[in-house]
Amino acid sequence: MSALDVGRRRVVVGIRGLSIVIGLRSALVGAVVALATVFLALLALALGDFPMTLAEVVGVFTGQVDALPRIVVLEWRLPRAIAAVLFGAALAVAGAIFQTVTRNPLASPDIIGLANGSFTGMLVALLMLGGSWPLLTAGSLIGGLVAAVVIYLLAYRGGLHGFRFIVVGIGISAMLASVNTWMLLRVELETALFASAWGAGTLNSVTAATAVPAGICIVVLLALLPLVTPAVRQLDLGDDAASATGVAVGRARLAAIALAVCLVSVVTAVAGPIAFVALAAPQITRRLTRSPGIPFVTTGVVGGALLLGSDLIAQHVVPLTVPVGVVTVVLGGGYLVWLLIHESRRRA
Amino acid sequence: MSSPTGPPDSPLQAVGLGVRYDRRSVIDDLSVAVPPGSFTVIIGPNACGKSTLLRAAAGLLPASAGTVLLDGRDIALYSAKDTARRLGLLPQGAVSPEGITVAELVARGRYAHQRLLRQWSAADESAVTDALRVTNVADLATRPVDELSGGQRQRVWIAMVLAQQTPLILLDEPTTYLDIAHQIEVLNLLHDLNGQGRTIVAVLHDLNHAARYASNIIAMQDGRIVAQGPPRTTITAELVAEVFGLANVVISDPLTGTPLVVPADTRLPHPVATGASSSSGSRAGSRAEQTI
Repeated sequence: MSALDVGRRRVVVGIRGLSIVIGLRSALVGAVVALATVFLALLALALGDFPMTLAEVVGVFTGQVDALPRIVVLEWRLPRAIAAVLFGAALAVAGAIFQTVTRNPLASPDIIGLANGSFTGMLVALLMLGGSWPLLTAGSLIGGLVAAVVIYLLAYRGGLHGFRFIVVGIGISAMLASVNTWMLLRVELETALFASAWGAGTLNSVTAATAVPAGICIVVLLALLPLVTPAVRQLDLGDDAASATGVAVGRARLAAIALAVCLVSVVTAVAGPIAFVALAAPQITRRLTRSPGIPFVTTGVVGGALLLGSDLIAQHVVPLTVPVGVVTVVLGGGYLVWLLIHESRRRA
Repeated sequence: MSSPTGPPDSPLQAVGLGVRYDRRSVIDDLSVAVPPGSFTVIIGPNACGKSTLLRAAAGLLPASAGTVLLDGRDIALYSAKDTARRLGLLPQGAVSPEGITVAELVARGRYAHQRLLRQWSAADESAVTDALRVTNVADLATRPVDELSGGQRQRVWIAMVLAQQTPLILLDEPTTYLDIAHQIEVLNLLHDLNGQGRTIVAVLHDLNHAARYASNIIAMQDGRIVAQGPPRTTITAELVAEVFGLANVVISDPLTGTPLVVPADTRLPHPVATGASSSSGSRAGSRAEQTI
C-alpha cells in the first residue's frame, strides 16, 4: 500500500523494486463480471438440443460422465463459448484502444470501417477465388488491414487527429458498405444468404478448427497489451502534455492502433463483423469503474461477458437462431441512443 | 558531430532554428539561448510564433532547419523519456481526463521516471507529495480536478510538471484565463521555483507581469527575435511601439521600479447623456470619485 491518498483506492503490488498499480474498484468490477462470465459459460454449455443440468456440465470437467455428454460439451459447445469470451474481449479491448487514442467515445472499429473492410475482403475471396475457409479468413484479414491503412493515410495530416480519423473512417465505411451490397446483389441467392449471415457477425460456424488458431492469436495479442498501455494512458492528457511527459506520441499511437486492428481482424475473419461490442464495452466499463480513462483489462472482461451473453440470447432466447451480431446491434443500438442523449444533455 | 554551439552552459538554445506548419514558415533562422537559472519570459503579439518557439524548444515540433540544443546536445537525439527527465512543459490545452483526482493527475507527471514493471516507487511518491505541497494543493489531493476553480486547476497542472522533477520548466501562457489574483499567485509560484534553482521559460501576454517577474525577456515579432535582455533595458516605449504597434509610455513601476507600460491612447468612457435613468446618470456624474 502506498501512503499517498489519491482519492481512489488502489494497491501497489511490488517486490524487489518492481511494482504495478491496480485500481481496487476496477479489479472488483472485473472480478464480479468474470464470475458472471463463468456462470454464463456454464449455461452456454448446458443449453441446446441436448439439454443438460449444470451439475452434469460440471461433471464433464470432473470426469464423471459418459461419452455423449462429454462430446456435446467439450466438442460442440465449449469452442463456441470460449470463442465468444475471447472474441468479445478482443473487440472490447480494440474499442478501448480506439476510443482512447482518438479521445472520442464514438470511435470504434465497426463505425470507422474496419468491419466493412473485412466484409469486402471476405466477399472478394468468396466471389472471385471460390471461398474455402482459409481463403475467406485471409480475405477478411487483408480487407480489414487495407481499410485501416487507407483510413490512416487519408486521415494523417502532420499527425493524427481523432475527429478527422473518425469522419474519414465513417466515409470509407459507407463506401465499402455500398460495394458490399453491390457484390451481394450479383451472386446467386444461396451464396448471398451465407455471406449475409457472416456479414451480420455470427458464431454459428465457429468450430474448434477455426476457434483454436484465432484464440491463440488473440491471447498473444492481448499479452502485448501491457507494452502499449502506459503510453496510451498518458494520451488521455492531450497530445502535447503526453509528449511533454515523455511519450513518443506518434509511435505509441501507431503501435496501439496496429494492435487494435489486428485484434479486430482476427475476430472478424472467423466470426464476421460483430457490431457494437467494441463501441459499448469500454464505455460501460468506464461508468462501472468510475475510473479516469478506460481501464483496458476490465474492459476486456466486460466485453467477453457481453458477447457470451448476447450469443446465449441469439441461440436460446429469440424463437429462431439468429446471428449474434443481430443481438449485439439491438443491444448496442439501444446503448448508442442512450449515450447520444446522455452526451447531448451533458453538453447542453 | 560538428553541430553549432552557443554559450556552453545554456540549458536550452535554438541555433538557426526554422519551424514550418504544413508549408508555411512560422519561424525562420532563429537563434537564442536561455541563460541558466533565469526566469525567461517570451513576449510578442498574437501569432508571432511564441508558442511555436516554445513547442519546438520542447521537442514537440520538429525543426525544419537548424537545431534545438538541450544541455548542449541536439534535442532530436534524445528519447522522448530522456527529454522529459530534463525538460518539463505545461502546454496550452492540456486535457484532464474525466473524473481524475488531483493526486492522480500530478502522478501522471512521473511517466518518464516509470517503467513497465516499475509503475510506482518511493521516488514517485515523494516527488508527487513534494509537488502537491509546493503548489499548495495538498489539501485538494483527493478531489476530482473537474470540481476545482481555474486557479486551483492551473496550480495542479504546474504540480504535474513539477512532479517530473526537471531542472528546466517551460510554460505556455500559464496565466491566461485566470483572474488577476490567481495570475499573481501563479507568477509568485514560478518566482519561488526559480529561486530554488529551476530555470523557467514562460510565454506571457501581460507586459507588466513580464517586466516584474522576468530576469530575461525575449521579444518576438513575425517569427523573429527583436530584443533580448533584462526587462529594464528591453521593455522600452520604442520596443512596445515597434512590436505591438501600440502608442505607449513606459514609466517606472512605483513599487518595484521595473518598466510599466501604459497605453498612450487616453480615451475615456463617453459621459452618459443626462436625463437618462437616474442610476446611470449618477454613475456618470461620479466618475471622478470612482477613479480613487
